[in-house]
Amino acid sequence: MIQEAEFEHILAKKYMRTEIMPHAFCPGCGLGIIERMLLMAFEELGQEEWDRTVFVSGIGCSGWTPLYFRRDAAHTLHGRALAFATALKVSRPDLNVVVVMGDGDSMGIGGNHLIHAARRNIGITAIIATNMLYSLTGGQMAPTTPEGARTNTTPYGNIEPNFDLMELLKAAGATYLARWTTYHFIQAKNSIKKAVKHKGFAAVEIVFQCPTYAGRYILNRPDPRDMLQWFKENSIPLGVAKSKNPEELRGKIVVGEYLHRTDRKEYTERLKELEERARGGGR
Amino acid sequence: MYVEPGTHLMQGDEAIVEGALIAGCRFFAGYPITPATEIAERMSRRMPQVGGIFMQMEDELASIMSIIGASWAGRKSMTATSGPGYSLMQEGLGYAIITETPIVIVDVQRGGPSTGLVTLPSQGDVMQARWGSHGDYATIALAPSSAQDMFDLAIKAFNLAETYRNPVIILADEVIAHVREPVKVPPYDEIEIVERRKPDVPPERYIPYLPEPGEWVTPMPAFGEGYNVLVESVMHDEFGHRIGTDHAAAERMIKRLYYKIEKNVERISMYEERYMDDAEVAVVAYGSTARTALRAVREARKQGIRAGLIRLITLWPFNDRLIERTANQVRSIVVPEMNMGKIVREVDRASKGRARILSVPKVGGVLHHPDEILAAIKNAAR
Repeated sequence: MIQEAEFEHILAKKYMRTEIMPHAFCPGCGLGIIERMLLMAFEELGQEEWDRTVFVSGIGCSGWTPLYFRRDAAHTLHGRALAFATALKVSRPDLNVVVVMGDGDSMGIGGNHLIHAARRNIGITAIIATNMLYSLTGGQMAPTTPEGARTNTTPYGNIEPNFDLMELLKAAGATYLARWTTYHFIQAKNSIKKAVKHKGFAAVEIVFQCPTYAGRYILNRPDPRDMLQWFKENSIPLGVAKSKNPEELRGKIVVGEYLHRTDRKEYTERLKELEERARGGGR
Repeated sequence: MYVEPGTHLMQGDEAIVEGALIAGCRFFAGYPITPATEIAERMSRRMPQVGGIFMQMEDELASIMSIIGASWAGRKSMTATSGPGYSLMQEGLGYAIITETPIVIVDVQRGGPSTGLVTLPSQGDVMQARWGSHGDYATIALAPSSAQDMFDLAIKAFNLAETYRNPVIILADEVIAHVREPVKVPPYDEIEIVERRKPDVPPERYIPYLPEPGEWVTPMPAFGEGYNVLVESVMHDEFGHRIGTDHAAAERMIKRLYYKIEKNVERISMYEERYMDDAEVAVVAYGSTARTALRAVREARKQGIRAGLIRLITLWPFNDRLIERTANQVRSIVVPEMNMGKIVREVDRASKGRARILSVPKVGGVLHHPDEILAAIKNAAR
C-alpha cells in the first residue's frame, strides 16, 4: 500500500480524488505521467480554466485516467467518449471538454466518431494515449501495433499496417495536432495547454510506456526506464523528419506540433449562427 | 414556439416531435433510417426554433451516446430510429441504465430480422425493448396506437424518464408513424410536465447514488454545476466509485435499478379497457394492432359475442395484475400481434392458467385483417 503521506503531493491534493487512490495502473505505467502532464498544464493555465473543465473518457487503461480528477467526469463506453463529449460541448460551449482515450479506444472501436469529431471541428480537446496495443485485456494487437510485432493475437507477427493518427486527423479536418511521448514531458504539457485553449478539434497524441505488455512483447524492454530511453532514442522531431525518407523513419516516432489551423470555424459557433438563422425564420 | 392548442391534422411522426418539444426536449440526435426519418427531419427544423439543438450523428451508436451526454449537460434529450438502428443502440441503452440517465428513445418498428422489410410495419421489437441490452435491468416501453398517442406519450415518456431516471422507449410502428389524423393539443397549462429534480444539498454532502429513504432515485446535477459528478459505466457503489469485487454493493445497485421500475408497475402502467364490463373473451392488443382489434371486438359484439378489448399502452414493465384479473373474468384471451407471438408469452405467464390463451401472429409487414381477429374471437368464445 502507498502511504497516505505520498498523496500530500501538491497536485494530488489540489486536483485529485485521493479517496479512491491508489491508482489501478501497473507499476511503471506511463498513464501516471500523462495525468501529471494534464495537471501541470492546468496548474499553469490557472484555476479559472480548471473550474470550467470537464472530462470524458472511454474504456481501456487510459479510460481510468481522468476519473481520478476532482471534476465532473464520465467514464463512457468503449469508443464512444467523443459522442458523449460532442453533446456536452454543444450543450455547454463555455466548458472545456477534455476527452482521454487510448489508441484502440479512439482509432479502433471509436474510429468513426474520431474522424467525424475532427470533420466537425468541434471544440473538444482529445488526449490520445497510445501504447501500441490493447492492455486492459492483456496485450492484443491494436491499430497502432507496429507491423511484425508479436502480441497475444498476432503470435506469428502483425501483418496489418498501423494508423498514423496525425495524418488521419489532418485529413479528417482537425485544427490542432501534436504528438509527443512520455519522455517529452514539457513539450507535451505545453501542447496540452495549447489544445485546451484552441477553438476547434484539438488532439494531442502521447505515446506512453506500457511495460507490462508493450514493453515485454513489442520493444523487448520490460523496464519502464528502458522504454523511456527507447522513446528518447527513437523519436525524431517533425522538422528533422521532413528531410528523411520513409525507410529512415521506419519504427521511429515523429514528434512535434503537426498542425495549428485557424481558418476553419469551430462547430458550436456555427451552431449558434444556425440557431439565429432559424429563429429569424430564414433558411 | 409550440404548436397552438386546438385540433390539428398531423402525421404521427410530427405529433411525437411537437409533444417532445412541449415536454421540454432540447436536444435531439439521430441518424436517417426508414421509417423514422421524418422525426429527425422535423426535429432539424423545429429544434433550433425553440432554442434546442439538433445533431445528425455519424451512426446510431453515437446518436444514443450523445443524447446521454446532453442529458448530463442538463437537457431533456431524445433520439428516434428503427430496427437496425435500435439494435445498435443497445449498448448505449445499457449505459443510460447503469448511469441512471433520463432519455427517450423512439423505435418506429419495421419488419426484421436484419435490414428486413424496410417500409413495412412490425411489432417485432417488443421483446428487444425489454431484454435487448446485456445484463439485468428493467425498462419502460410505451406503445402508441394513434397520432394522438404519439403526442401524448412523448410527453408521458419524458415525465417517466425524469421520474425514474431511466431510459423510456416509445415503440411505435410504421403505420402509427405515418398515419395522418386529428391531434388535440390541450392548453399548455393543462399539460403535466415533470422537471428534473436537482440536488438541494451542497456538493460535499451530495451522494450521487444513495436515494433518500422512501425514494428510488436521487436528484441529478448536470456537468458544470460544481457537483463533481462521476458518470460511471462500471458497476459502482452509492458514491459512484467503481466496485471491484464488492458483491454486496453490486447486488444493492442492480436490485435498485431493477426494482425502481418493477415495483412501480401500478404507477407506470397505462392501459385502456373497451367493452370489458361483461366480456367473456378479451382481446389484449397494443400499437396499431389495437385499432384492428377494436373493429373486430365491435363486429363480435354485433354477432352476439361478449368480447372486450384491453389496449396495453405501457408494455414494460408488464402489468401482471391486470392480466391476472382479466384471466379471472374471461374464458379466453386473444392476443393479436404483428410478430410470431411475443407479448402473448407474458399474457400466458401472467394469466396463471386461468384462461385459454390464443395467439394470433402476423408477419410479413401487413396489419391483421379484422376478420382474422374476429375468427380468433369466435374460436375463443366456443
